[in-house]
Amino acid sequence: MSRLVRMDDTGHTTVAEWTAGDARALEAAVLAFRAELDNGYFAVVSEGEGHAEQVRELPAGASLVILRRPIAGG
Amino acid sequence: MWTATTVAHVVPFVGGAFALTLLAPILAPVSLVLLVHAWAIPELYAARGAKAVRPRDPRRDTSGEAERVAMGLLGDLLDHRARELQARTGVAVERGRLGVWVLGQAGALLVRPGGRRVNCYCVKVPDVSLPPSDRVAHLLLALRTDEAGFATVANLSFSGARRRVRRRLAPVAREALDVAAAEARASR
Repeated sequence: MSRLVRMDDTGHTTVAEWTAGDARALEAAVLAFRAELDNGYFAVVSEGEGHAEQVRELPAGASLVILRRPIAGG
Repeated sequence: MWTATTVAHVVPFVGGAFALTLLAPILAPVSLVLLVHAWAIPELYAARGAKAVRPRDPRRDTSGEAERVAMGLLGDLLDHRARELQARTGVAVERGRLGVWVLGQAGALLVRPGGRRVNCYCVKVPDVSLPPSDRVAHLLLALRTDEAGFATVANLSFSGARRRVRRRLAPVAREALDVAAAEARASR
């Protein structure tokens, strides 16, 4: 089961879940993913210590895609 | 560059103090004031840098459900040692190409290779509704995605000796800085 989660004031919210064989769930996840990007979120796939990749299309094979807000200098 | 700026701030005060004392010894008290200024300026910069990794604000509820959920997600992003350290101290230690990072809620320390020098950065996610561990996770993911970009977006508030910053940190943040320094020494 793959998950798309958004970091928010609840800790995090699962926006979508899908499996490789479930085309309908994947399609819903892609739509949710695009909507979150349109809302200003960045999507990141963490690849272990020191590595993460920002993605602009939902990677269907990733187990966890995290949505985060942009950062700014304080 | 930072060291040159500090020297440019300090040297005129030290030079002025010596010149005054040589020209008119009766002005020694004024020279003393100038020397205090020369000492205080780098110390104030170091104090500002140390504020980058303030400990958890006790006025904010960090025991609630949102923080518990956020700690779970952050823990999943960290390895075992870093997860334990984060649970204890509230900051995350992450090795990068530029050195070893200590990530807080609203800033980061970069321990340069060798462990003697520290850069302090003010950087945060501008959303006050997020629980503390989510704020750290935002910085962690941004750092992992683009370390050079992270250091560019962040505002450099101090660069100098680790000991200057360390003595101004809260005890829990000192522990994290010591761990980062040990890693930075090992990676030299």
